[in-house]
Amino acid sequence: MCGATVGGQALDAVDVARQAVIQGVVMRDDSPVAGAYVRLLDAGGEFVAEVPTSATGHFRFFAAPGRWTLRTLAPRTGPVDRPVVAARGRVVEVSVPLSG
Amino acid sequence: MSRDTALVTADWVQQHLDDPHVVLVEVDEDTTAYDKGHIAGAVKLDWKTDLQDSVRRDFVDRRQFEALLSQRGIGTDDTVVLYGGNNNWFAAYAYWYFKLYGHADVRLLDGGRKIWELDSREVTDEGTTREPTSYTAQEPDRSIRAFRDEVIAAIGAKNLVDVRSPDEYAGRLLAPAHLPQEAAQRGGHVPTAVNVPWSKAANDDGTFRSDEELTRLYEAAGLDGGKDTIAYCRIGERSAHTWFVLHELLGRDNVKNYDGSWTEYGSLVGVPVAVGDDPGPAGGG
Repeated sequence: MCGATVGGQALDAVDVARQAVIQGVVMRDDSPVAGAYVRLLDAGGEFVAEVPTSATGHFRFFAAPGRWTLRTLAPRTGPVDRPVVAARGRVVEVSVPLSG
Repeated sequence: MSRDTALVTADWVQQHLDDPHVVLVEVDEDTTAYDKGHIAGAVKLDWKTDLQDSVRRDFVDRRQFEALLSQRGIGTDDTVVLYGGNNNWFAAYAYWYFKLYGHADVRLLDGGRKIWELDSREVTDEGTTREPTSYTAQEPDRSIRAFRDEVIAAIGAKNLVDVRSPDEYAGRLLAPAHLPQEAAQRGGHVPTAVNVPWSKAANDDGTFRSDEELTRLYEAAGLDGGKDTIAYCRIGERSAHTWFVLHELLGRDNVKNYDGSWTEYGSLVGVPVAVGDDPGPAGGG
């Protein structure tokens, strides 16, 4: 629906050469955070997609080439923004540490 | 309608968990989400297998809807509180659907599944069993559902609001790669439709923006309050979210949801289509 699925790290079934993948993991105190919400915002700050993190804290977006912002929402913490640049044929790995 | 009668807060739900006449209903795009964890006492509706006819592309009919709700233990006079993931897209779709069949008291949990989870409130994976009822539905209320011919007639005459993302509106994006079955034949939008992405009506946590913010949003987009309005997206769930905002929160009367949406319109032969970021002239192009 929104161009994204809950991610793991494996991309076996995906033709990465045609995609601009942004994926990663949300961590708190060195432990993965399941059920956090990661939003993909475009260069203008407009909402594009949102996924909850998997049981292992992972998320993935199939974006387009360009500049994006990842905004992470989780219990007991304010939103955390991370800028990211996506490119076709590349898989950008992002780790989002949460404080508190 | 207004915010007071159409929305409930997570606290309100918490206080009514043991109320036998309040039925929580979870509706998700990801139909397995309920099974992994849901609010205690909630029943599940599957927007595809429960709410769509299995042969024709249409809703289940009145009798089927009555049988479905009776089986799930939902009474005609119960207060139905809908919630779900994806910022309540499919919960809003189900809300509109319950209204279509005349359910008297239906509400949305403001913020849906997300606010419940971000508040670290309790969920359970235990199934819910409710005593079957004998549910009575009304004839479908066509005043809130638009069909394709009405959309074509509305070009240049009524408010058309396309609530998809700007890239989908412009025709740069047809459908995400993982959902090829929902792609239309052509990309673009209905000529003269303005683009107000559904997400502008919601806060980051999935709750709706204030009435003042929402009023400003649609005014700034040029939605003429004196004209009838038709909202659409790709399959009618995001536009149900906007229908909810316009019809239920802001109390506009003449608002319809076009659930055929772009998957239907973008596959019609001979209708005008506009591409690019502007609404475009009535003839398309």
